[in-house]
Amino acid sequence: MKIVHRLMLLVLGAVLSVSSLADEYSDALNTLIKGNFKEKAKAVEVIAASGNEQSVVILESMLEGNLFYRRSDNLLGFAELVDKKYNFKSLDGTETEEGLGKRKVKKVSVNNSLRKQLRGLIAGLQLISGTKAQRKDAALNMLSTVDESMVPLLNSALKQEKENSIKKLLMLNIAMVDIDSNDEKIWQPALSTLRSSLESDVRNKLVSIQEVGPEEKQQAITDALQSIEGKVNFYGGVENIFFGLSLGSVLLLAAVGLAITFGVMGVINMAHGEMIMLGAYTTFVIQTYVMPNWVDGSVLVAIPVAFMVTGAFGILIERTVIRYLYGRPLETLLATFGLSLILQQLVRTVFSPLNQSVATPSWMSGSWAVNGALSLTYNRLYIIGFSLLVFIGLIFLLRRTYFGLQMRAVTQNRPMASSMGIRTGWVDALTFGLGSGVAGIAGVALSQLTNVGPNLGQGYIIDSFMVVVFGGVGNLWGTLVAAFSLGVVNKFLEPVAGAVLAKILVLIFIILFIQKRPRGMFALKGRAVDG
Amino acid sequence: MEYLKAFLRPTIRDVAGRRMIMILAVVAIVVPILNLAVPQGHFLHVSTFTVTLLGKYICYAMLALALDLVWGYVGILSLGHGAFFALGGYAMGMYLMRQIGDRGVYGNPDLPDFMVFLNWQELPWYWHGFDQFWFAMLMVILIPATLAFVFGFLAFRSRVSGVYLSIITQALVYSLMLAFFLNDLGFGGNNGLTDFKDILGFNIQADGTRVVIFLASIFFLVLFYAICRFVVVSKAGRVLVSIRDAEPKTRFIGYRVENYKLFAFVLSAIIAGVAGALYVPQVGIINPGEFSPINSIEIVIWVALGGRGTLYGAVLGALIVNYAKTWFTGAFPEVWLFALGALFVISTLFFPKGVAGIFGGKALDAFNRAADKYRKRSGEANS
Amino acid sequence: MKKTIKSVGAAALMTLAAGIAQAADTIKVGVLHSLSGTMAISETTLKDTVLMMIEEQNKAGGLLGKKLEPVVVDPASNWPLFAEKTRELLEKEKVDVIFGCWTSVSRKSVLPVIEELNGLLFYPVQYEGEESSKNVFYTGAAPNQQAIPAVDYLAAQGVERWVLAGTDYVYPRTTNKILEAYLKDSGVAEADIMINYTPFGHSDWQTIVSDIKKFGSAGKKTAVVSTINGDANVPFYKELGNQGVSAEDIPVVAFSVGEEELSGFDTAPLVGHLAAWNYFMSAESEENDEFIEAWHAFIGDEDRVTNDPMEATYIGFKMWAKAVEKAGTTDVDTVRDAIYGVVVPNLTGGYAVMNTNHHLTKPVLIGEIQEDGQFETVWQTDGGVIGDAWTDYLAESAKIVADWTAPITCGNYNIETGTCSGQNY
Repeated sequence: MKIVHRLMLLVLGAVLSVSSLADEYSDALNTLIKGNFKEKAKAVEVIAASGNEQSVVILESMLEGNLFYRRSDNLLGFAELVDKKYNFKSLDGTETEEGLGKRKVKKVSVNNSLRKQLRGLIAGLQLISGTKAQRKDAALNMLSTVDESMVPLLNSALKQEKENSIKKLLMLNIAMVDIDSNDEKIWQPALSTLRSSLESDVRNKLVSIQEVGPEEKQQAITDALQSIEGKVNFYGGVENIFFGLSLGSVLLLAAVGLAITFGVMGVINMAHGEMIMLGAYTTFVIQTYVMPNWVDGSVLVAIPVAFMVTGAFGILIERTVIRYLYGRPLETLLATFGLSLILQQLVRTVFSPLNQSVATPSWMSGSWAVNGALSLTYNRLYIIGFSLLVFIGLIFLLRRTYFGLQMRAVTQNRPMASSMGIRTGWVDALTFGLGSGVAGIAGVALSQLTNVGPNLGQGYIIDSFMVVVFGGVGNLWGTLVAAFSLGVVNKFLEPVAGAVLAKILVLIFIILFIQKRPRGMFALKGRAVDG
Repeated sequence: MEYLKAFLRPTIRDVAGRRMIMILAVVAIVVPILNLAVPQGHFLHVSTFTVTLLGKYICYAMLALALDLVWGYVGILSLGHGAFFALGGYAMGMYLMRQIGDRGVYGNPDLPDFMVFLNWQELPWYWHGFDQFWFAMLMVILIPATLAFVFGFLAFRSRVSGVYLSIITQALVYSLMLAFFLNDLGFGGNNGLTDFKDILGFNIQADGTRVVIFLASIFFLVLFYAICRFVVVSKAGRVLVSIRDAEPKTRFIGYRVENYKLFAFVLSAIIAGVAGALYVPQVGIINPGEFSPINSIEIVIWVALGGRGTLYGAVLGALIVNYAKTWFTGAFPEVWLFALGALFVISTLFFPKGVAGIFGGKALDAFNRAADKYRKRSGEANS
Repeated sequence: MKKTIKSVGAAALMTLAAGIAQAADTIKVGVLHSLSGTMAISETTLKDTVLMMIEEQNKAGGLLGKKLEPVVVDPASNWPLFAEKTRELLEKEKVDVIFGCWTSVSRKSVLPVIEELNGLLFYPVQYEGEESSKNVFYTGAAPNQQAIPAVDYLAAQGVERWVLAGTDYVYPRTTNKILEAYLKDSGVAEADIMINYTPFGHSDWQTIVSDIKKFGSAGKKTAVVSTINGDANVPFYKELGNQGVSAEDIPVVAFSVGEEELSGFDTAPLVGHLAAWNYFMSAESEENDEFIEAWHAFIGDEDRVTNDPMEATYIGFKMWAKAVEKAGTTDVDTVRDAIYGVVVPNLTGGYAVMNTNHHLTKPVLIGEIQEDGQFETVWQTDGGVIGDAWTDYLAESAKIVADWTAPITCGNYNIETGTCSGQNY
């Protein structure tokens, strides 16, 4: 890791001749314009080591793709895209030009290995001076390459470091070096530090030195590896359960709306998937057209809006089509299938058949690293929580509100409810609207996981029906249990059988389960069943 | 001869069905003549395009007939009938594949092309026998029938009914689709089976061969129609209808409901399988797309649109929807889904009894009355 | 009232007459791309591209003094319907050429019909090879024009461990078979190759991405070669981003992700992942600028992107037009003979040539995804690469060559036995 060597030179205060450094620096800048990737790799190291105050800015803007040069005179600078034209500003800020066409300036191109190198350099420059996150990243990144020459740098960083978690990482780095020693007093404490870490770099290191050194040490390392493997396997199991719950939450979100329109109302709603799709498109519209500058909040805003938009669609469909079909459930299948075709084509006509891009808000991206072996992605965590919230909200609505009471009355005994003065038509419309609205909310969540396109709904409709039926039609709790158990079963089968076979096995399982319990897991009892 | 008469009587006595068969007979005579005997370019000439198209529709009609038998008369809404159709199709496809012999692109006499370039060393065991026509045809019937039997045996015995049954039939067809997509299964994966050369030694692309397959499709449609008619007006047919209308009551009277259901389901699966087998040589390809759950839902829509519980309505529905699809996709490629979707919605709202309902008025009731009369009379004759 | 009816009638008669007159002296071009169903997402753009090319050709005076007339049909992503529509185009509409198909299965479905009726199909998408039909011209990339250069590039970047991830259908299966053989030939150990297949539209990638992460944490530089198809890509890349797999640690090189797919992505977490194609929208050439400008004008949307299959359609159309002019007729056999060796400037600078195996000679480009949804070329071949219909890396296929000129005149000539099997004509 040459970079760090150079950094050390800096840290230790080695002084190079100022004039030759300046020459090297301007040469390096020129190389950025003309050189190939290999030459650029050398050049950026020179820039990083130059100590020039602008070097971090240059490297960062290069990494982010903001470093350009003007074609007419090969002048290096920063450029910003405004209305499809570039605003160019030279490095020293003396020359600016606005409204350049895209062929007038050219980006200083970067490839993957260069990007990695840049990140390392910037991190290195920040190991001591950077923000908390930058220091942590720098310390983590060093694990794979750390060697004896870096120990002084690490020690000086350790001295200044106040954050405990980063201190631990720095010590881990030092332990990675110390473990190579054959002196019992050095390798033993190092091993006990390494033993507690689950980072894959540590494991690789231990595996690579498993068969060198004194026998006693070999034995100790083998033991340590075994204990690490044990922990890794345990966390692998935890991770798998998490994956299963996360898949279950997606199934729950997709199915819970159907549990109302199909489960409670008895409408075989083939347009349910399209309601999910409309919810996802609502998110897209809000993010792209209504509040393009506030990605973080747009998803939250989209939740109520999607509920209202798809709910309104649902009420419209109920009033114009479905209300004429009560008591003929199979014909609702025909009509709603027709509606789903129309809605798909409508979206194709309005938004084009292409997938639309929905950005992930920053608070939903990335993952929560519990330890080296287990990290849980934020978007999945949020969606699991969100699906439960939606579910609890629905249960509350059905059990604790007057509307819920009316709804249950109408589904259980329509004529009786009607004669008690409940406006059944109105309740029907709102119930269908509710189911559709919940599907729309699911669409908002799914827009964070999958394609937003005309085919979105098709991918979830069959799974949704499976979940509702498996759980027991008309029973929301059944839907909840069914969604999560199918998710977890699927995820435990997947590593063994592969993704496709796992899905087939789950389907066969559902078929056989229905033989055992012909009305799903939580069957409704009593007269309502035959209705 | 007596038996034949008895067999055909229910078909002949039904006005609508008789008309349908007469039209089919005219088509069966006229189309081949206009295709083979009238020279190309003549305005009376019927192109091969039209013949294969009609052939395809006829196969779909057979499939709709199969579904109407179980849905219209027994009340089993199968959302998985595409499975039986596709299995019959695959059995035929495997026969056609084996007929290619060493004329594949790699010239391998033992293995189909898709196995050669995926490095299969030998033919999987379940492909053996399919080089024999009789064996393949036996499988066309046996495979769908066995699947229907096992599935129906389990489901009907545990009294799975209503939407639960519908959804597990959907699970069945969906899992089969996923399975057939697997390349490791040895059915050609997503590409399925294609590039057929000949059938029983005749070039599959020759006009003559096409016409013969077309005629066979019409023959089987009429035959199956007659069988279905025979079944539904028989005593067993009355039991089937009573199962549809009141299953528990029928059971309490003492009928073994599950056996009746199983019989109808297996018969229906066989019809669907044969339809699939006739479909494949006419369209030239069979692939897992046929197992897609959406396709199976479409079958339900043909039947519903044509008029459930009338048999001829199902045939009519399949023809209308598929003709509409062909026409729409050519005439308004950009917006045809609106038209098709609207067709479904409008027909449900305004013609709840389907097309048969428009023409036949109370077709179903009429049929029931006629069947009653027939039963009474034959009952008298017997006593 | 009467008047209106009369005038409407007259107008109808006139259009009818015009229609008949027009039918007599136009050249009909069939467009066979799905406009509904699962593939509409990719294919609609190609339909528009063909319509644009036809419009441009007509503005420039048409072909052989006749106007071109597009005949658009919708095979609705339904494979048997592709065969039916092909027959309709050839028998009923009597088109002179067809531009169409995207998936391999749709092409396989069309193949028997187009061979029987001796039509002409230009197929514009990269595919698995192992085919050369007399009636089809393949203007997309063969495996040796995409997969192998990409692997070479990554190996030069120091990659030693390989994940071959794909959707379970013929294109990934074949490509991965070829790559596996190729990697093993160049000394990669069996344990350093991981192969994984997923179903179409797979949307839950948690387990697989986590497996890839584990596979890539063994201390050797790892890359993913992705033949994941269409809709499954967005959730795949999203999961990669969320689990913190960046292009710098484990780069993914994709063969089915182009500018159009990226327009449906949130590209910010994807910067640095790679794709191998024969064309990128960011290519710098005059032809490309003109093409993009024309496309934006035609589609009326400045934000629409262009992609590799569009370039393949462009090249195919130009080649066909040139061959028709050269032949002086649209007769299929004559045009076929005339098109061999036809040279058309491709959009990346340089020229594309039609070879006698019905595949093109084209350059191969490797690009990295940028934040704006474009690719930046990081490597490209010096000249064109000749498309190879039959790969040299599979035992059975290595023996076969395609050459549609005398003396071979066969799409699958076995050089060991000297035979040409399985032709329908």
